[in-house]
Amino acid sequence: MPTKSIHDIAASFSRRGVLAATTGLLLGLASISGAKAADDTIKVGVLHSLSGTMAISETTLKDTILFLIDEQNKKGGVLGKKLEAVVVDPASNWPLFAEKARELITKDKVSVVFGCWTSVSRKSVLPVFKELNNILFYPVQYEGEESERNVFYTGAAPNQQAIPAVDYLMKDEKVKRWVLAGTDYVYPRTTNKILEAYLKSKGVAQEDIMINYTPFGHSDWQTIVADIKKFGSAGKKTAVVSTINGDANVPFYKELGNQGIKAKDIPVVAFSVGEEELAGIDTKPLVGHLAAWNYFQSIKTPANEKFIKDWQAYTKNPKRTTNDPMEAHVIGFNMWIKAVEKVKSTDPDKVIDALPGIEAPNLTGGTSKMLPNHHITKPVFIGEIKGNGQFDVVWKTPGLVAGDAWSKELEGSKDLIGDWVGKKCGNFNTKTNKCLGSGS
Amino acid sequence: MPTKLSARFCSFVLSLFLIAFALPAFAGPFEDAVAKFANDDYSDTDEAIGAVASSGNKLAFPIISALQDGRLMADPDTKKVYVTGTDGKSIDAATGEPVASVPDSANAVRLNNRLRRSVDAALGSLTLQSPDLGARLQAAQSVFKSHEETALEAVESALAKESNKSAKTALGEARAAILLFKSDATEVQKLEAVATIKARGDQDALALLSDIGTDQPASVAKAATSAIGSIQNTLAVWSTVQNAWYGLSLGSVLLLAAIGLAITFGVMGVINMAHGEMVMLGAYTTFVVQEVIRTRYPTLFDYSLLIAVPLAFLVAGAIGVLIERSIIRFLYGRPLETLLATWGLSLVLQQAVRTMFGPTNREVGNPSWMSGAFELGQITITYNRLWILCFTLAVFVILLAMLRYTALGLEMRAVTQNRRMAASMGIATSRVDALTFGLGSGIAGIAGVALSQIDNVSPNLGQSYIIDSFMVVVFGGVGNLWGTLVGAFTLGIANKFLEPVAGAVLGKIAILVLIILFIQKRPRGLFALKGRAVEA
Repeated sequence: MPTKSIHDIAASFSRRGVLAATTGLLLGLASISGAKAADDTIKVGVLHSLSGTMAISETTLKDTILFLIDEQNKKGGVLGKKLEAVVVDPASNWPLFAEKARELITKDKVSVVFGCWTSVSRKSVLPVFKELNNILFYPVQYEGEESERNVFYTGAAPNQQAIPAVDYLMKDEKVKRWVLAGTDYVYPRTTNKILEAYLKSKGVAQEDIMINYTPFGHSDWQTIVADIKKFGSAGKKTAVVSTINGDANVPFYKELGNQGIKAKDIPVVAFSVGEEELAGIDTKPLVGHLAAWNYFQSIKTPANEKFIKDWQAYTKNPKRTTNDPMEAHVIGFNMWIKAVEKVKSTDPDKVIDALPGIEAPNLTGGTSKMLPNHHITKPVFIGEIKGNGQFDVVWKTPGLVAGDAWSKELEGSKDLIGDWVGKKCGNFNTKTNKCLGSGS
Repeated sequence: MPTKLSARFCSFVLSLFLIAFALPAFAGPFEDAVAKFANDDYSDTDEAIGAVASSGNKLAFPIISALQDGRLMADPDTKKVYVTGTDGKSIDAATGEPVASVPDSANAVRLNNRLRRSVDAALGSLTLQSPDLGARLQAAQSVFKSHEETALEAVESALAKESNKSAKTALGEARAAILLFKSDATEVQKLEAVATIKARGDQDALALLSDIGTDQPASVAKAATSAIGSIQNTLAVWSTVQNAWYGLSLGSVLLLAAIGLAITFGVMGVINMAHGEMVMLGAYTTFVVQEVIRTRYPTLFDYSLLIAVPLAFLVAGAIGVLIERSIIRFLYGRPLETLLATWGLSLVLQQAVRTMFGPTNREVGNPSWMSGAFELGQITITYNRLWILCFTLAVFVILLAMLRYTALGLEMRAVTQNRRMAASMGIATSRVDALTFGLGSGIAGIAGVALSQIDNVSPNLGQSYIIDSFMVVVFGGVGNLWGTLVGAFTLGIANKFLEPVAGAVLGKIAILVLIILFIQKRPRGLFALKGRAVEA
């Protein structure tokens, strides 16, 4: 998902040394105090950026895990032991993610890690988790095309977010012309490739699809918004499917509002805009624009109301918002607890084998299940932005949708499945009956 | 879909009328329709809008406009619907009787985009004869967009009474749009309609003409095609004008961000990596000012930016002086150390703001005079961009005048040109250094006030401008304010003309490559300083 700005990437080549040194120093202190704690606790690693560009999104997830651990300890912990969080700061720096993951597993001996936001950070820690055989829960919607033994994906795969959203626009808003706008990196590019293939399979012509990429942190949206306006005036109902990254969204929506593009004329459905992102904008000109998620703060269920109340009490902030990746962490955390209780051990091998099939309630009234491909079942909601920065759910899938690790729309992956129960393989080709293995 | 929907409305409304005439003793169709708002079902609400709008009842307008503003309350238990007025008084929507209070169980009737379009279409035909000219123009515009046959009569009667010229044109266009889509309109009427719409000549006209379908007479289809062609040609010309305007606007943002750096880097030669953070501090000052105004003096909100400008200058300027006195003065003449120290400082400032204000974006509102846009010919000019352009030029002129005509400006120029000579003439060079750095930082703070209007107010705000700022200053020529001005606008306009052709990503890369090539050829930038000052 969202990733840091291009300037950072450029800068980090020269700055990496200093950054690693300073944050290493600070965090060294933090983890020393962690290592001193008693052995009769179960350690849980938290690998979210607390500084740098991604801190904007990831800090909340760190707080979420601390909150969940706190709640669990109030209930007596797990297996008769208290849980203890070990928090490290990978500082939005991808190589540092791998270093910090290694430190968590080898030095702090954590039993499980909750962490990462961007796909590139997940890819960076993957080899570490494989080599040291530990567990990572990844809570963010992502581009799919992956199923690893050591990773559990609690965020949405493309078929749990992008495809249902497009279906909604096609059926309910009768959209005939599509703008696929995204930030220029792996998540939008893969998602748009999947969507383009899907739209074409539904009979949408090439000239009715406009694909547009922008650099990270793009702040001057005048030309693109004008282009969208122009594209939308061809006499067919037009919608924008936005995979624009978090930071660039505020100027994008401001420009839309100022140029007077109303949701009733050209609706924008976004996959990366949640309650947290909207906190930085006056949403009144944006009423009616859409977002597709598996969770919204405004969904009224007893479980969600209790969660919001406890969360706001824990953070001592009565206005603190909740969002989709937080719910993914809640589900993932509860699934891990259940798996540990089932096998009466925190040994990663046993827990990995126990997790598929484990069920945990989600906050929107259903029960999510861990699938053999290490993705989970989730409901999909389409929400409209309201004037108060919250969402009003206008549509939802009738039941839970099972996450596909490999997209059925793409030529290269439509025959692949992930199955860590029967086949013990993340990329099994059902046509040739062969496991491609880790080489591909 | 709109035409199908309208057909559904019509038959529905018609059947309601038939029932009403057949069974006059029953609760009227109006009451039945109003009750449908309480079902919390989008299709029922849609039907209710159509029925209420065409009922001719005098409550229709208050009900539908209340629905649009979220003031239409429905009680799901009793199926009663209420209109809450803007003055806080409520009436029963079915009867118009005043009610003491709306029950707590009532919720605002929900809308989705489809319903918002229905509401617009309904309000359009209801407000065509409103006494307010703005409302009439808007009504004509929404009828133009929805072009439902049911509105034809209302449009024609409004047209007959209309005396204002622009409203008359708008109504004529609305009438043309309806006739073009009316299946039993004559060929002559349709050809006239095409001509009217062609004369309008904007993107809405283009959209309408492209959508007329295949069941039109051959002559109409031909006229429409040629009209589309001529509108497209006009729009192509306008799009060049539009690119130029976007370029000016982007250039003004670049200039505003770079102008402070032109002082600290350009004039003083300090490689100030914390420049972006000064911009960020200015933006956060705006946020704090707006917070105070929101909680204490909400009526002053439109003036919040005017209040924030001097404050941001003082905050960022004071911090600039502090940085110069505590760090930079020890590092003059050591560019590498300055670079590292100021870069470290930028990290410290970012994390400090992150700790104080949190990592998430902060909302800085647009005052009403900076929201929205106006049309100039066929291009849309947004007020916030226009004001930023004016503001930037004003800052530039003031700064130039300050350097040229004030004592401090004279001292600054003297110190930059020849430090030792200036010192021996009795100028306190270290004081001038501190003030110059403070001035550059303060101007960066002012830039932050303006940038808070178009960008995120987050701890990362400054980072996104630092590279661009250096680019502008180096390209324009170090130490030359006019160079910065020309550099910023050149880069802005070049970027905006490249973007539609190459895309935003490639456009940006192309600009960077061009600058590298340019610097190879002219290492001192567009306007190089000449003479001994260069060596200093």
